[in-house]
Amino acid sequence: MININAIYALLLREAKIFFREKERIVSILISPLLFLFVMGKGMAQGHSPVLGYTYQQFIFPGIMAMVILFTSITYGLYIIWDKRLDFLKEVLAAPISRATLFVGKALGGMLGAIIETLLLLLIGAAFILPLNAFQIALSLAAAFPVSYMITNIGLTIGAKMKSMEGFGLVMSFLTWPLFFFSGALFDLRTAAPYIKIISLFDPVTYSVDLMRGIMLGQGAFPVWADLAAIAFFCLATTALGVAAFGTLQQEK
Amino acid sequence: MAAIKTDNLVKRYSEVTAVNGVSLEIPEGEVFGLLGPNGAGKTTLISMLATLVSPTSGTALVAGRDIITQALEVRRHIGIVFQEPSVDDLLTARENLYLHSMLYGMPRREISPKIDQMLKLVNLSDRADSFVKTYSGGMRRRLEIARGLIHGPKILFLDEPTLGLDPASRKAVWSHIRDLKEAHNTTIILTTHYMEEADSLADRIGIINNGRIIELDTPAALKKKVGQDLVFLTGEINEAGIKALPFVNSVERENAHWKIGITNSGANLQALLNAGGRIDEVEVRRVTLDDVFLKFAGQKIGEDAEEHAEGIFQRIATSKATRR
Repeated sequence: MININAIYALLLREAKIFFREKERIVSILISPLLFLFVMGKGMAQGHSPVLGYTYQQFIFPGIMAMVILFTSITYGLYIIWDKRLDFLKEVLAAPISRATLFVGKALGGMLGAIIETLLLLLIGAAFILPLNAFQIALSLAAAFPVSYMITNIGLTIGAKMKSMEGFGLVMSFLTWPLFFFSGALFDLRTAAPYIKIISLFDPVTYSVDLMRGIMLGQGAFPVWADLAAIAFFCLATTALGVAAFGTLQQEK
Repeated sequence: MAAIKTDNLVKRYSEVTAVNGVSLEIPEGEVFGLLGPNGAGKTTLISMLATLVSPTSGTALVAGRDIITQALEVRRHIGIVFQEPSVDDLLTARENLYLHSMLYGMPRREISPKIDQMLKLVNLSDRADSFVKTYSGGMRRRLEIARGLIHGPKILFLDEPTLGLDPASRKAVWSHIRDLKEAHNTTIILTTHYMEEADSLADRIGIINNGRIIELDTPAALKKKVGQDLVFLTGEINEAGIKALPFVNSVERENAHWKIGITNSGANLQALLNAGGRIDEVEVRRVTLDDVFLKFAGQKIGEDAEEHAEGIFQRIATSKATRR
């Protein structure tokens, strides 16, 4: 059912394209860096909910999750382009199952997110939050399932969407809310009740919390709960994505 | 064994029936031309045979496998060249072919020599490592044909392979298609709305209109049904006298003139003119597939063809420009 050679080919294609568009690698980091260095630094008087850390250090794990969120969703939505032209038609006609295609695409999206995560981690470790090699490795490891589940969401929506006009809508109605309700910029434990309730349904919440657990040693939920939630979202989004890809037909 | 056998294939979309009961049998090694105007159902028919679109009813065997229940098996044995270019222009030609070979499960050590061989076949060896976005339309098309062939398919689907190409590139693509048939005995299904293309390439032609195959025969036989030659006469014509002549196939009134299909104008024109009445003007020409199409489909083909071709390239150009 899953064809390893084909997945390798799909991944190779994404890797080549990713590294050929260097301006994209940089441009995706711009808004996270603004949050970190302008908002994080500008709110110097703002209290950090976690003792012993500045506000800038406090939001760093959340901004990390933001990078993964934006890279992965954007990547997923780009298959609308592929659907119109180029490669998707070719792979839809290839003798590979839709599950293979979906996994290949999801891994391709993860690759980009992991590289962006690594870049931001290095910037953060150098200028914001002293991290040891173990914490960097753990954060990077955590980025894998997180980017996987979010790429899945992007791909599922991308497979269903008809045109790129919906791109802005998805960003406004999905990506930004996912980010703001995740508690990336504040402590969920002291947030208003409606925020708390909504955040429970936000997969990014658990990603932010996990990153915070790794880097600051303190999160809103226990690590096992974060991991369980992320595992659940990974499975659920895979099921949704494979189903969406199953009905994907050649656009006329 | 037949390369393709369809059984009452139907595809209905919400508003239109794109393919309306097509039963066909195409033997191995044949070049089959599917000729029809835009919207006749050519692409839908091919898409169903290539397992990209599922039929509403009916089914087909392609390379001996069922397109519904054995779709992946069918895909392994066919190659497809799409109407709109689908090569990845952010990659080089070589990379496009490599990815395709991997997707089709070719053994890794065979891939590299095969890529070189295919690039040579379509004359792209010297540009193999340039990005596809720097290619002209004709080069893209040739790359696409190379890609459709690299995994050695038994059956190749070509959907409007020369649409929007300049005449020189069109000729080059034609000669590649002929080579293929001769060298590998590949069965080729070709859709086109260029008469000349169907005429010069196809062993048999199916004329498709409104989702139905309305006529199916060799190009020569199709033309014979109209007559080998067409004679256009104006004047006071003796219709009954002409119809009585043994070499006359068809007599039709078209506006101011009469259109008469005859066999062997060299030997018979004199007799026709003698029997024809008081004739003011005469014009004689060979029958083309256009005439065939007009006769069977009751309309002219390809009036909007060039416009359509331009439309496609316009669309691709604008979407590429706004991409990313």
